[in-house]
Amino acid sequence: MTMRWTSVFTAGALALATIATAASAQTELRMLWYNDGNEGEVMQSLLDRFEAENPDISVTLDVVPYKAILESLPVQLAAGEGPDIARVTDLGGLAPHYLDLRPYLGDPQYWEENFGPFLDWLRAPGTDAIPGFMTQLTVTGPYVNKTLFEQAGVEMPGEGATWDDWAAASKEVADKLDIAIPMAWDRSGHRVAGPAISMGAKMFDENGDPALVDDGLKLMAQKLYDWHQDGTMSKELWGSVSGSTYLGANEDFANAQVVMYMSGSWQVPQFASTIGDAFDWWAVPAPCGPAACTGMPGGAALVGIKATEHPEEVAKLMEFLAQEDQLSDFYGETLFIPGHLGLAKTGVDFATEDPRASHALKTFAAAVPGISPIAYKLQGYVNNRVMFNAMISRLGEAIVGELTLDQAYERMTDDVAKQIAEKERK
Amino acid sequence: MAEAGTLRPGLKGLLTARRGRGGKRHWTDWFAYLYLLLGVVLMFGPVVWLTLSSFKTPAGLVEFPPTMLPLGQIAVEVEGHDKPLPLYRVTMEDGTTRELAQIRRIGIISQMVDPAAPGETLKVPIAQREPVREFRMAWENYRDPLERFDFVKYFWNSVIVTAVATIITLLINSMAAYALSIYEFRGRNAIMLLVIGTLMIPITVILVPVYLVVTQLNMVNTLWAVILPGAATPTGVFLLRQYMLTIPRDLIDAARMDKASEWSIYWRVVMPLAMPAIAVLAIFSVMWRWNEFLWPLIVLNRSEVYTLQVGLNAFQGELDVQWHYILAMTVVTLIPVVLVFAFLQRFITTGIANAGMK
Amino acid sequence: MTATLKERAATLAALPVEFLFRALETPLAFVQRLVGVRGMPWVFLLPNLAFFGIFVVIPLFINFAFSLTGGTALYPSDRVYAGTEQYAFLFDCENFADPITCREDRFWKGIYNTAVFIFFQVSFLVLFSLVTALVLNMKIRARGFFRAVFFFPVLLSPVVVALIWKWILLRDGLLNAFLVSLGLDKILFFVSPEWAMFWAIFVSIWAHMGFYTLILLAGLQAIPPDLYEAAEVDGTSRERVFFRITLPLLWPNLLVVIVLALIKGVQIFDEVFVLTGGGPGTATQFIVQYIYNTAFTQQVQNFGLAAAASVVLGTVLFVLTLTQLAVTRKRDNG
Repeated sequence: MTMRWTSVFTAGALALATIATAASAQTELRMLWYNDGNEGEVMQSLLDRFEAENPDISVTLDVVPYKAILESLPVQLAAGEGPDIARVTDLGGLAPHYLDLRPYLGDPQYWEENFGPFLDWLRAPGTDAIPGFMTQLTVTGPYVNKTLFEQAGVEMPGEGATWDDWAAASKEVADKLDIAIPMAWDRSGHRVAGPAISMGAKMFDENGDPALVDDGLKLMAQKLYDWHQDGTMSKELWGSVSGSTYLGANEDFANAQVVMYMSGSWQVPQFASTIGDAFDWWAVPAPCGPAACTGMPGGAALVGIKATEHPEEVAKLMEFLAQEDQLSDFYGETLFIPGHLGLAKTGVDFATEDPRASHALKTFAAAVPGISPIAYKLQGYVNNRVMFNAMISRLGEAIVGELTLDQAYERMTDDVAKQIAEKERK
Repeated sequence: MAEAGTLRPGLKGLLTARRGRGGKRHWTDWFAYLYLLLGVVLMFGPVVWLTLSSFKTPAGLVEFPPTMLPLGQIAVEVEGHDKPLPLYRVTMEDGTTRELAQIRRIGIISQMVDPAAPGETLKVPIAQREPVREFRMAWENYRDPLERFDFVKYFWNSVIVTAVATIITLLINSMAAYALSIYEFRGRNAIMLLVIGTLMIPITVILVPVYLVVTQLNMVNTLWAVILPGAATPTGVFLLRQYMLTIPRDLIDAARMDKASEWSIYWRVVMPLAMPAIAVLAIFSVMWRWNEFLWPLIVLNRSEVYTLQVGLNAFQGELDVQWHYILAMTVVTLIPVVLVFAFLQRFITTGIANAGMK
Repeated sequence: MTATLKERAATLAALPVEFLFRALETPLAFVQRLVGVRGMPWVFLLPNLAFFGIFVVIPLFINFAFSLTGGTALYPSDRVYAGTEQYAFLFDCENFADPITCREDRFWKGIYNTAVFIFFQVSFLVLFSLVTALVLNMKIRARGFFRAVFFFPVLLSPVVVALIWKWILLRDGLLNAFLVSLGLDKILFFVSPEWAMFWAIFVSIWAHMGFYTLILLAGLQAIPPDLYEAAEVDGTSRERVFFRITLPLLWPNLLVVIVLALIKGVQIFDEVFVLTGGGPGTATQFIVQYIYNTAFTQQVQNFGLAAAASVVLGTVLFVLTLTQLAVTRKRDNG
């Protein structure tokens, strides 16, 4: 009897010990991820390759709703919790929590060369850290339903056309064909920033401090307001939710309910699958304002997290993923605009046969050099989301008539000032 | 007297006199049936519509006016073409209609072919064609997201969370309620005040502090982080206590005379008598835990501990509202609730009616 | 047959529970010997109080500490002491009746919206629950079925409820299809402040009505039938019976329903948040959503201000609860 118990016990202890050694031999890394399309699957296949090459490291992809990345992750990071690697969009805001990969990288120069301008977005100001790389570079810009233009017999405004030209043309098409929404812009501060800069907004003062409201921004806001009043834009996006909530018109555009849709390059894979051949959706260069013809750069980055217990393994994985051939596969399969300068030059072989998608990707890639320096500066600014949020929430309130535009300007300025003051409170 | 005799016990309410009055119908009778009819449409209709919609393709979902049933476009094999071609009903220039398959669309002109006579290509303005469709369920709305992750694992996590949390809740809440209802002791009022005072506080407003406590206890990314924080519900204590107050004290005194320990009075005497209230709390606890979303989203970010609510929302990205998946996954979360309710309907509704109001 | 099967299943399920209780008997008898019968209530309270203390009371204190601090750090010890600054900021108003004159206009908008919401939601919730309970209390066929029909939305999660209705109310949704088929124009429900508030109220009534109906139904069934019989013999009209007998006797239940509905109304958040997103503008942004937004959705997660707002909310709720307690106690005694 005693014997039997002892042997059972020993067996159990042995089993436990084996599990323990097996666990310690293999380092487990966690990557927090969100999906807009198929990028999770593509990333998983890259991770499988990595694991095959590195049997001592296992990587688990934890896919969460985007809401968790935006709202929960900052709290987790502040508490010292969180994953080893994460895909983030608040690039500068979370910078204090990123791991500097530089000491662990074999070839930091490669990163500087290929990710140079984007590394600035991820760095805490004044450091030379290498926290990660862009899983995708995005450029904001409009799509038009070319088929509707043809049906209405309206000429599409060409190169150098202004926002006013496009608004008028879209309105004409919509009126002729009885389309519900002539023009739609995503309800997002990031989307509005491009047109605002085109119309002369400077976003910062001489000292580099945020100065959201100026004549350029007012010009854009006034137009946006007027378009909502005269029916060029529907209040459904800007007028229907509150605060900084994002709303897109991608479904309406895909359903041919929108003539012109201001969004960005990330819609390409989705439109390729949902619209397909139903009509010609055409990405057009960013319309102009008096000051510029620019969209906003942006995107999501994959970064190492400082709190990780395995910085070397994290760096090893990041180095693997950042290789040119891996990234080329990743961008190609996901139809993302490459955030890798080398690949941007040589071009990526996008996995699509859709001529509309290829054209759109080409259009957006071609827009990158023309992006205004102010737009780059704004994208790299740590507190840019404070400015974006202030802009959309107050403009939204003005558009539905809760505030006058002047009150909205005042509130915007105050919102930005008080949030930045709160952040810098000592 | 004879009239009164026709009243059935248990069914006597406000308006019971219909039969007694020799079939004369009061306006309230008509109203009642109209109201119930409207009620069924209004209560069931939305859920039925959700379920039907969840089987539509993305294109079908954005259609206006919406079709009642999910439809899909018919594709036909045509000689000389590798892939099946989509079929359209086309109004020709002479006013006749023909069913044609589309080869490709260029601008606003569609190149079509008659499946019966594949040789000849026809050019048709796209406004003249209309897809030919048949009833088809878009199972891919369910399949795609469910394939992408370990549904069974999330389901079990949810079951474990719900079951364990409910058991703990019932045990500790009933013990506390027992103490607060059966004993007179110093501090009782203070504790009741605490319970009632916190009854009204929505958990949403203390999410961050609770998260801090959970991190300190090292429970992040364990199911305990979802199970424990909500276990000591003031609502549960309050509900059970109010019910236990109605239990006759003589029973307890008699048990004490028999030298029963306080613990055995609690579980042998009081618990069985409080069963209706406990059942109600069990139902509510199951419902709360099964449906919880915001809190798990903060404390669970490793896929092996996801609950169903987190897992089913994992497809929600930054920039894309995919209604076809949202609707399908909503139906998936609904199914267990509907099943449980279908089986326990009588029990649940009478239980709440009995316990709510003693 | 089914009954015995069910009974057997129930007994089977109860076995581990019974085992647990039985196993605890000896240790607790020992404890009882240690602390005496007078100490036992504390023993019974201990587990609940422990959980409650750790996961509710401590967080409440942390929350209060947050409200006196600023900055973006998470741990209270890292945060910058700000005294009553956050409170002063919330109450920085020229005219409290007009949110637009307040420094933190959204906090006050939230309060006013919540007040309007509660007024209408509670009134109509009570009204419809009462009517439904009265109808269900009549001699009708398939009463169990109808009771279930009205009750089942109670079991749905707020997110699901909101999604179900949002799907119907969208521009190209079922309701607009219905309006168009009647020859009317489409209505953009979420663009009009009045409609958005209407649907917020409607949907929350739809979701919660079943629960309150059951409470009232129980009250109706507890009214002694001889009262109605007597009224019938006297030939009293149904309307009169309702106002003279039913309503007064149902009053305690109605009071419970009103109080519970008020509590739930103040806490309203997820349903409306998913349904309307708080819009248009800030027309359906309620107080809990304000707190959530301030703490989570801003880039600068302002826990201090959110905590201060929740302390204000908590104080108001506490005072309301005390008043309610005083009222019920008075009623019980009188």
